[in-house]
Amino acid sequence: MTILIALVPLLPLLGFIILGLGYRGIPKRVAAILGPGTILISFILSLIVLFNFRLSPFAFRFFDWISLGPVSIPFEFLIDSLSILMMLIITGVGFVIHVYSIGYMSHDKGFNRFFAYMNLFIFFMLILVMSANYAVMFIGWEGVGLCSYLLIGFWFKNQQFNNAAKKAFIMNRIGDLGFLLGMFLIFTTFKSFGYQVVFEQAKTMSAGSGTMVAITMLLFIGAVGKSAQIPLYTWLPDAMAGPTPVSALIHAATMVTAGVYMVARSGVLYVLAPVTMEVMGITALATMLMTAAIAIFQNDIKKVLAYSTISQLGYMFLALSVGAFTGAMFHLMTHAFFKALLFLGAGSVIHALEGEQDIRKMGGLKNALPKTYWTFLVGTLAIAGLPPLSGFFSKDEILGNVFGSSLPLWVVAVGVSMMTAFYMFRLLFLTFAGKNRGSDPQSLKIHESPSVMTIPLIILAVLAFFGGFLNIPEIMGGSGMLKEFLAPVFADAVRLNQLQPHHVAARLEWSNMVVVLLLVLLMAYVAYRKTVNRDPGTASRNVLIRLIENKFYVDEVYDYLFVRPALRISDALQKFIEERFIDRIVNGTGTLVVRFSNGIRYLQSGHVGMYLFFMIIGILLILFINIFL
Amino acid sequence: MLTFTLIFLPLLAATGLFFVKEEKWARNLAFAMALVEFGISIAALVQYFLYCHCHLLFRLDWLASYGISLKFGIDGLSMLMVLLTTFLVPIIIYTTFGQKINRPASFYSLIFLMQAGLMGVFTAFDGMVFYIFWELALIPAYFIAAFWGGKDRIRITFKFFAYTFSGSLLMLVAIIFLYFRTPLPHSFDHIWLYASNLKPDEQIWVFLAFFIAFAIKVPIFPFHTWQPDTYVTAPYPGSMLLGGLMSKMGLFGMIRWMIPITFSVLNTTNGLFIILPVTGIVYASLIAIRQDDLKRLIAYSSIAHLGLVAAGIMVLNAQAMQGAMIQMISHGINIVGLFIIIQYIEARTKTTSISELGGIAIKAPRLAAFFMIILLGSIALPLTNGFVGEFLILLGMFKYNMVFAAVAGLTIIFSALYMLWMYQRVMLGNTNAVTEQVSDLSWKEMIPLIAIVIMVLWIGIFPGMFMKMAENGVGQVIGIIR
Repeated sequence: MTILIALVPLLPLLGFIILGLGYRGIPKRVAAILGPGTILISFILSLIVLFNFRLSPFAFRFFDWISLGPVSIPFEFLIDSLSILMMLIITGVGFVIHVYSIGYMSHDKGFNRFFAYMNLFIFFMLILVMSANYAVMFIGWEGVGLCSYLLIGFWFKNQQFNNAAKKAFIMNRIGDLGFLLGMFLIFTTFKSFGYQVVFEQAKTMSAGSGTMVAITMLLFIGAVGKSAQIPLYTWLPDAMAGPTPVSALIHAATMVTAGVYMVARSGVLYVLAPVTMEVMGITALATMLMTAAIAIFQNDIKKVLAYSTISQLGYMFLALSVGAFTGAMFHLMTHAFFKALLFLGAGSVIHALEGEQDIRKMGGLKNALPKTYWTFLVGTLAIAGLPPLSGFFSKDEILGNVFGSSLPLWVVAVGVSMMTAFYMFRLLFLTFAGKNRGSDPQSLKIHESPSVMTIPLIILAVLAFFGGFLNIPEIMGGSGMLKEFLAPVFADAVRLNQLQPHHVAARLEWSNMVVVLLLVLLMAYVAYRKTVNRDPGTASRNVLIRLIENKFYVDEVYDYLFVRPALRISDALQKFIEERFIDRIVNGTGTLVVRFSNGIRYLQSGHVGMYLFFMIIGILLILFINIFL
Repeated sequence: MLTFTLIFLPLLAATGLFFVKEEKWARNLAFAMALVEFGISIAALVQYFLYCHCHLLFRLDWLASYGISLKFGIDGLSMLMVLLTTFLVPIIIYTTFGQKINRPASFYSLIFLMQAGLMGVFTAFDGMVFYIFWELALIPAYFIAAFWGGKDRIRITFKFFAYTFSGSLLMLVAIIFLYFRTPLPHSFDHIWLYASNLKPDEQIWVFLAFFIAFAIKVPIFPFHTWQPDTYVTAPYPGSMLLGGLMSKMGLFGMIRWMIPITFSVLNTTNGLFIILPVTGIVYASLIAIRQDDLKRLIAYSSIAHLGLVAAGIMVLNAQAMQGAMIQMISHGINIVGLFIIIQYIEARTKTTSISELGGIAIKAPRLAAFFMIILLGSIALPLTNGFVGEFLILLGMFKYNMVFAAVAGLTIIFSALYMLWMYQRVMLGNTNAVTEQVSDLSWKEMIPLIAIVIMVLWIGIFPGMFMKMAENGVGQVIGIIR
């Protein structure tokens, strides 16, 4: 069994090594089998692990990675229901996206390089979720950041893309420093990095202690960077520079959810730090609202989805902040299905329009791209939360918990749901409905994507449609399968949670559900009226809308506050401190030294050979005299 | 005897090379001798592990009446540094193949003389002998930079020499002073020097003398201004020797001499001296961001990285000091790798100016891949060598003072910033007139980089063996502190 589990991450690594070393020699056909093939086997192995799993977690170590006296960091895995769930999502959705990429990247010169990076990404992502301690998790944590960097800047001839890649890496690293310091504090507090040891000890600690708040806050900084929350979210929209399958896999389904996974994994620590939970809730809420608002006014098909992703991640953090760990993981899963679907659908549209991403120039693609349209529709209905699609159940679970925790939070969350419905239907209608607004629609030979791309769309559409059935709430007569599956992992955290959402009466729950549903449908209708057969291109004069259209000028503010001052400080240090201050003192002292010791001048006399020769002879003589005399 | 051979062989090679007139012969002989030396160090390593981490001691009385003896030994610390030296020297010599070098015999001879100096420094257990080898290593470094260097070399190398030499003199004074504070009959033996009896105010002066000497050598902010110019003007083998090996002399000296003798100063001054390297991390990183010359950028990044190592040594706890040892090895390997890459780039484009380059990755994917992996080591990505050391140093610093650790930790953000930006401007984007004709690496050129990448990953993934050596050496130092 341990060998099977070890193979899950090792196979993608092997794929990376083969594709990386044989970069030029391997034909595309082989790469197209090797890249997705390794992931498929990993997925099958993950399924075998699932079927053999008996609800009791087990950990096993491979070797000691870093070990020094008290610091012991074994390379070890922990297999429990949470990591199995993540493994299945990563390898399952990952495999589908890999298959899609065969078609999407077929004309690209960097085909092999693409699959090498994608396989490496899957490897690191699996390490992240399978690790049994924070340090090994950090390997995956930084590793996925590296792959994200490599894949955002995949078309590296374009310096704009490279800037986006660099920005993503740097912003992630800001978060990583928080993670690292949080990890150190965990170690100094609990004398271990291992989850089991840490959580076991944490359980006995009192809630709200300063250490616990500090640990969770620092870790949360890491999550904010990786999962693109305020204030470190601006890299994710830029990350759309990468090929669309990358956006689907890394920047929607898996990597950006690592922060959610990490907080859920550390649930025991978080429930003991109510302050952090509150900060997390506020951050999540602000992020959700702000990015949903931005998404409404975006005109790039991928940017809309990017802001939507940030907003949905906010949902997950909101769920975590009220202690709804299963809800967060449930939404993480359904979001992986429908957002990957939406991104791949967008990719199919972009592919058909030969690179066009501006939805103002689309429209009427329903008939030309029927498979893409129908699957995209499923994705839209799912994210908007219409029953019985997956998004309905996962959102309902979160909203139910939020309602039980605080009414104002619930109102805002419902507002974001309405905004989500609006921007998604706007996107859907502008792209597929009405007339084509392209520059010269007749000459464009719009064609549906090949089946290597549409079959993945259909698979994901099925998942996005039925995925919610895994966790049908009790009031609908469901068994809450996922909840039961994850229950052992979150048992302690749920038990210790002081801010436990109180139980909501079934009747109230039903009525809430209906209200939300009606509001969402209303927004879909408004979106229809606002978009179909209207000219979307006029710039607004409303100050607030212009503010939102320009994404609240956050990038500009960061540039003004951080980037430019850093460069200016750099120049100033060089000119004033380095050259005019420190070096002058040194040179001044140096002149004194020269005057002090005239002898040094002989070193420049040029007779190096002789000088050296005598020196060596001298040393050798000393040695010989000592040995032989 | 192995210890003795390790010092003696480079001296022999240096002498022998003087009589070789032909360039080809000089080159091949030099490379062969460097490999033999590496082989001997591997033998020493085997012996080291076989005899359960005992010192491999070699001792001769010399000037016994003054208490000076040729006492050399190899403990965990020495072993690591010896391995680093013997690993890097053949690589450095290999990179000179195919280059036009004036007076090749003298050039290679100087490299071996420097290696002998380094070996002596890393294995000396007698204060005076340490000092002698310390100077012995300086002189060849100076000549290599001054005679084979580039623009403005005379002025720059003279500054380098004068600066480091004056630092060394301070150390000499300190060692002699310590000698007179050792129990009767005075001795320079390390055990005696460790046991010297100092009054608190004397401690501070001795500490300062050591600290300044070592800080100049590393260099630590604000004693670093000789370094960027020297790295830039020195020929590539010289920059590699300076950045990869000579900078380690200062750090090694701190662990071997400064800390065991004057650690109490660090205890009583409450981190006052740690502020310098920690400031240096931020300061040098910020300056590195805007550098246009590749070698100069590496020079500043080196000040930042080694500042972290120095801070790790001075917080006086086991994790940080062991991390510092690992990081010294890693930094030496990575900086030599980076200089090799820059050398290849300059050989192809005739420039090291970042703003003139671009798009090299299109023409040279292999070069791009090697550059990326070594760069990742340098910015401490997990599973590369840079991470293990930095992780332990920051963990140790965190225990000492959380604020220091947080500020020093900024290096993981800054290093990513200046390194990736540099990589982007040099390797990515479109080609231009300068980089149009760049060719990819040949197999011959890849050999040293493969060796380096293997070490980057080996230390990153399986650091166990290296940590054992560090643990043994550092354990003794920490034992003295307690």
